[in-house]
This record gives sequence, C-alpha cells and structure tokens, in this order.
Amino acid sequence: MSISVQTEDFDIGPEIAALSAGRTDVGGVATFLGLVRGDGGLVAMHLEHYPGMTEKALAEIIVQAQARWPLLAVRVIHRIGRLLPGERIVFVGVASTHRAAAFAACEFIMDYLKTRAPFWKKEETPAGARWVDARESDDAAAARWDAGN
Amino acid sequence: MSIRILYFANLREVLGCAEEELEALPAGVVTLGALREWLCARGGDWAALAPGKSVRAAVNQTLAQAQNGIAEGDEIAFFPPVTGG
Repeated sequence: MSISVQTEDFDIGPEIAALSAGRTDVGGVATFLGLVRGDGGLVAMHLEHYPGMTEKALAEIIVQAQARWPLLAVRVIHRIGRLLPGERIVFVGVASTHRAAAFAACEFIMDYLKTRAPFWKKEETPAGARWVDARESDDAAAARWDAGN
Repeated sequence: MSIRILYFANLREVLGCAEEELEALPAGVVTLGALREWLCARGGDWAALAPGKSVRAAVNQTLAQAQNGIAEGDEIAFFPPVTGG
C-alpha cells in the first residue's frame, strides 16, 4: 500500500499505471477521484487534518480492505490546505485479479475514509467561512459494510 | 498523570486552543469520558465538550470511546465528526 497526505496536486495517469507496473497478475484497477465542487459560490475549500493519526487511520482502513478482498496494490492520496473548485482532492486506486474486488474495495476505502480518517473541511464563501458538517448519509454508507452486505 | 491534548477544526476555534499539556489530573479522571467531563467543567466555551455535543476523540492517534482508559504520556485528541474525502 502507498499513502500520501500532501498539499501538492497529483497526476492520476502515473498513479494508475503504477498500480500494475512490472506485474502481470493484475486483472483490474478501480479508481475514485474526488474533486472540489463549486456549490453555492464556494471560493475555496480548506482541508485540515491530524498529522500522524491521518496516515495511521488510512493505513488501518487499507488493512481492513485487504482483509476483505484479495488486493494486489492500493494507493491513497489526500490533499490538504486550500483547494479551489475543480481541483483534485482525493484519489483511491485499487488493483486486484478481478473487477468485483477492485470496485468493492475502492468504494469501501472511500466510505471509511469519509467517516474515520481525521480530515475536516472548511468552506470559504463570499459570506464568510464555515466548517462543513458531517453527513449522516456518509455514516450510513460506511455502516452498510458492517451489516454484511 | 501528565497528558497532551490536541483539538482540531471547529472545536479548536471555539476553544481557542490547539493543544495543551496537563501535568496533574484529578485522581478520578482515568477515562476519556471522565476527562471530557472534567474539561467541560471549566465552563464558558468548554461547554462545547458537553454531553450530547457531537465530539469524537482519539487516544494515541486511534479513534476511542468514552470508556477508553487514559494513561501517563497519552496523546489525546478531541474533534468534530470528520468530513474529508
């Protein structure tokens, strides 16, 4: 697994290529790319995190995914700092032998990241700044993995 | 018992405190829940830690519950529900 928490932007092309580079056992790579939406006149999104715990939490989430599906490679990148609408914010890439495991693990990692990794978003708008509230739908999305679905 | 406490995001702003070192906790404060109650009893803005407020916590960088014990040298963190991704 490979985890990066960084202020810099990233290029998904090389990231996707690296998930199967130098090997012939990968049958599928599933990826998720999250972008900053410009809803409601958003000027910028500020991403705060808990250095140290963030990396540990992401590693733990990946270990849990590896216990559920036969994964060959996992890459997670999450940006921090001030991001503008349209900018890349998060990338999850998962390589496996077959597509079902890759799709499921990619979704699982995102659902858990959204509810367990210590990141917080603050919106900068023309009317001022406000912290983004956690969404119950995110908790529900993460909880369905515990229900044996 | 000496511990370090970190506060993040909205909670950090409301409390006006990012981090503090506590050198001496009262004898009864041996769980995360008890620590939260004790901090809340400071009054004023610390009511942000009151029961019912949506606050998450970690002990030594792992998510933890109120009944989680705390020990000498621990790094404790309090923060709002996370909103990354």
